[in-house]
Amino acid sequence: MVNRIVVGAHYGLKDWIIQRATAIILALYTVLFLAVVGAVGPDSFEAWRGIFASGFMKFATFLFFISLFWHTWIGIRDIWMDYAKPDGLRLLLIIATAAVLVGYTGWSIQILWRV
Amino acid sequence: MARTMQFKIYRYDPDKDNAPYMQDISVEIDDAVDRKLLDVLTKLKAKDDTLSYRRSCREGICGSDAMNINGKNGLACLTEIKELKQPVVLRPLPGLPVIRDLIVDMTQFFKQYHSIKPYLINDNPPPDRERLQSPEDREELNGLYECILCACCSTSCPSFWWNPDKFVGPAGLLNAYRFIADTRDEATNARLDDLEDPYRLFRCHSIMNCVDVCPKGLNPTQAIGKIKEMMVRRAI
Repeated sequence: MVNRIVVGAHYGLKDWIIQRATAIILALYTVLFLAVVGAVGPDSFEAWRGIFASGFMKFATFLFFISLFWHTWIGIRDIWMDYAKPDGLRLLLIIATAAVLVGYTGWSIQILWRV
Repeated sequence: MARTMQFKIYRYDPDKDNAPYMQDISVEIDDAVDRKLLDVLTKLKAKDDTLSYRRSCREGICGSDAMNINGKNGLACLTEIKELKQPVVLRPLPGLPVIRDLIVDMTQFFKQYHSIKPYLINDNPPPDRERLQSPEDREELNGLYECILCACCSTSCPSFWWNPDKFVGPAGLLNAYRFIADTRDEATNARLDDLEDPYRLFRCHSIMNCVDVCPKGLNPTQAIGKIKEMMVRRAI
């Protein structure tokens, strides 16, 4: 195959919007988390578990994790696109990143609904 | 007042040198006559005529004498020598292949510029005199049309260093917005389609090096932001 420079994948806007939207969610959750921890002042495992026992906190924390992993996906993929020049290596790194983040998502569900 | 100025200049002649090196050179200047860095470069060239750099208009219009001055890209003809810390370190624009000394190969830069179709696209037959714009519509082109394509911005952009073959770069994108914003242009949708790409547009992460160095005081980051804003408006 001839090695011609090809561009024109025609995506990126959605990722750009999602990166910003998830950043807002991460910022809002950080405020919520600090406020809740500040109000409860947990000093034991039971108190920490109490914070995450409510459905709202589970939902908000899960939203935080999803946002974090999606935000990470776009950012890390950008880094591979900038620095990993061989196409095969880049594809491998992108797949590995996606696999790890999907795994993290499952893991965070397991942790959140275990308490 | 006459004084001596110290310089460290990047020198490389591929016909003679195995590798680039920094030349230490000093020159007598007269503050009453020598105002800009280009004036001093002319004196340096008289002292050592093997020193090569581009220059033409000597007044910040042609964009030929763009170089890296004490670590920051700029035009030699617009740089006040009084404000320069010594020794003044001069290097070619970063990220582009060096042809000789301070002269770089701008092919890739202009390839990106041409890729955005930097001309008015309007298939309607032109009116007798000219295609008119309202003063408000014309206002939007201010801060865009003044670009002189000196490449100071694109060669200070890390995204352009890593992907000069795929990322349009700040200069190209500023010019792209110049035509997207032009009410006389009819290819707006096609222009946005062309730029909606992870490499061509979205390599820009708004670090604003381009704004920091632009010798004409333009704001490519803002223009890029407006392109993204138009894409969002079109999509939602």
